[in-house]
Amino acid sequence: MAKRIDVSGLTAYYGSHKAIEDISMTVEPRSVTAFIGPSGCGKSTFLRTLNRMHEVTPGGRVEGKVLLDDEDLYGAGVDPVAVRRTIGMVFQRPNPFPTMSIYDNVAAGLRLNGSYKKSELNDIVERSLKGANLWNEVKDRLNKPGSGLSGGQQQRLCIARAIAVEPDVLLMDEPCSALDPISTLAIEDLIGDLKERFTIVIVTHNMQQAARVSDRTAFFNLAAVGQPGRLIEIDDTERIFSNPSVQATEDYISGRFG
Amino acid sequence: MSNAVIADKRPSSLHGARLPKWSPYAIAVGSVAVAIAIGLGAGLDSRIQWGLIAAILFVLGTYGIAARVEGSRQAKDRIATSLVWVAFLLAVVPLVSLIWETVKRGVKVLDIYFLTHSMGVVADSEPGGGIYHAILGTLEQVGLATLIAAPIGVLTAIYLVEYGSGNLARAITFFVDVMTGIPSIVAGLFILSLMLMLELQPFGFAGSLALAILMMPVVVRSTEEMLKLVPNELREASLALGVPKWRTILKVVVPTSIGGITTGIMLAVARITGETAPVLLLVFGNSFINANPFEGAQASLPLYIYQQWANSAGNEAAYDRAWAASLTLIAFVMILNLVARGIARWKAPKTGR
Repeated sequence: MAKRIDVSGLTAYYGSHKAIEDISMTVEPRSVTAFIGPSGCGKSTFLRTLNRMHEVTPGGRVEGKVLLDDEDLYGAGVDPVAVRRTIGMVFQRPNPFPTMSIYDNVAAGLRLNGSYKKSELNDIVERSLKGANLWNEVKDRLNKPGSGLSGGQQQRLCIARAIAVEPDVLLMDEPCSALDPISTLAIEDLIGDLKERFTIVIVTHNMQQAARVSDRTAFFNLAAVGQPGRLIEIDDTERIFSNPSVQATEDYISGRFG
Repeated sequence: MSNAVIADKRPSSLHGARLPKWSPYAIAVGSVAVAIAIGLGAGLDSRIQWGLIAAILFVLGTYGIAARVEGSRQAKDRIATSLVWVAFLLAVVPLVSLIWETVKRGVKVLDIYFLTHSMGVVADSEPGGGIYHAILGTLEQVGLATLIAAPIGVLTAIYLVEYGSGNLARAITFFVDVMTGIPSIVAGLFILSLMLMLELQPFGFAGSLALAILMMPVVVRSTEEMLKLVPNELREASLALGVPKWRTILKVVVPTSIGGITTGIMLAVARITGETAPVLLLVFGNSFINANPFEGAQASLPLYIYQQWANSAGNEAAYDRAWAASLTLIAFVMILNLVARGIARWKAPKTGR
């Protein structure tokens, strides 16, 4: 059940340092939104504010509103744990739990959140691994440790783990930056499949990737080192890459910048 | 022509003169021989002096020969290597001689009878008797101390790493550091003062309390280091799945580091097993079997060793028993360490395909 995200006037801090300032945007359901921009411009920070992972960092705090289908994630009484169950996340470096088997890794989100029947779990694990295009490669060794897989397989395992809890939104923080081109292609194909069911937000340094997988693209930039990052513009991906309305965007995507 | 010159030149700039592979051994043998000659010639009695002379000759000889043949950089490399070897031998010699001596003297009376009988009806000056009561006492006192100290220590470390920030955490870290430095006799005196206030007679559990005080900071420190080794990405991965923090710690962080935590606890156990001072003050010693740690004096292995040696000076049978008990104590600690390593290997994150 994909949901829409409405962000308005969002500012995030690390302690006294303002990392991003006054960001407003809408993320459409059942679509892929890509965040591009130079290093340190706050893309990842902004992504982490969308499922309240930002406040896990010591000193991290947020001002502003993030509405998930009209419900404010930062409203009073909202449980961050419940938010994270609704909005899943895939990280830059594949991070399967080293003590768990492939099966247990996929089942981790469900098992750690409550008890499930064995048959029910089996179904969910199979469905999630199929959803992550990993089932055929691992179905014979589900009880082997997840850390024995290759980097690309581990990242797909992490995607399977994230979609096993059936989130509404899937956030991906540079999911392919540690992977080779073949694994990257596998994950990009997967993103294309997943957007039928989920709202997807992806941070990437690879502009071709943003152009290939996303429907909408947001360009972030910062005025100078030490200044907070800002959203420069967000538009349909085609428009951003052919005819952006801001000069800075065009400079960045054509490589005349930084 | 010029190519040939370069081809001729290159190897000479890359290949310096090298001492043959066997040269360190030859220098070692030579320096030992010279040291023996000096020792005999100067009439030095102590073999330790001979060894030290040999060590110094070895280091200096290595440097001199290498500097002459290979040049100064290689000579520095060789002197560093030989210093490491000498230091290694200096560290290993006492260890090996201690184990050798303990085994040699300990096996004399160490048998099943010795392990399964107490000193109940045997006077300290007579042969016979055993250490069953001391083994029992050590197991109970150390076991109870571990039951107290391990959970408190592990939970403290979890608090410090996962939750603690600000003044409380800083204060706890400070007091843990202070506790690490408490001499064991002071921990014993602390419990003894409580015991005197409550007008209690010596009993095993009092010793456990003092041992727990000594064990706790060691467990906190080692567990803290192990928890810090768990990558933050694993915590974030779990939190991002919507798992509450306490379950993340319980199901992801602790299992990932359980091998190291267990090793740390076992090493702490090994440390307190050999403590004599607090046991002497609080448990008092007993030549009869007392299986109840909560009432009446008990024995323990280090205390037994001390008392056998102290109470019957010059008596051969008591000495033999003290050595056999020492051997048992060393074996006990070693078995604990092996168990810890086994657990660490068994629980370590798996990497196989």
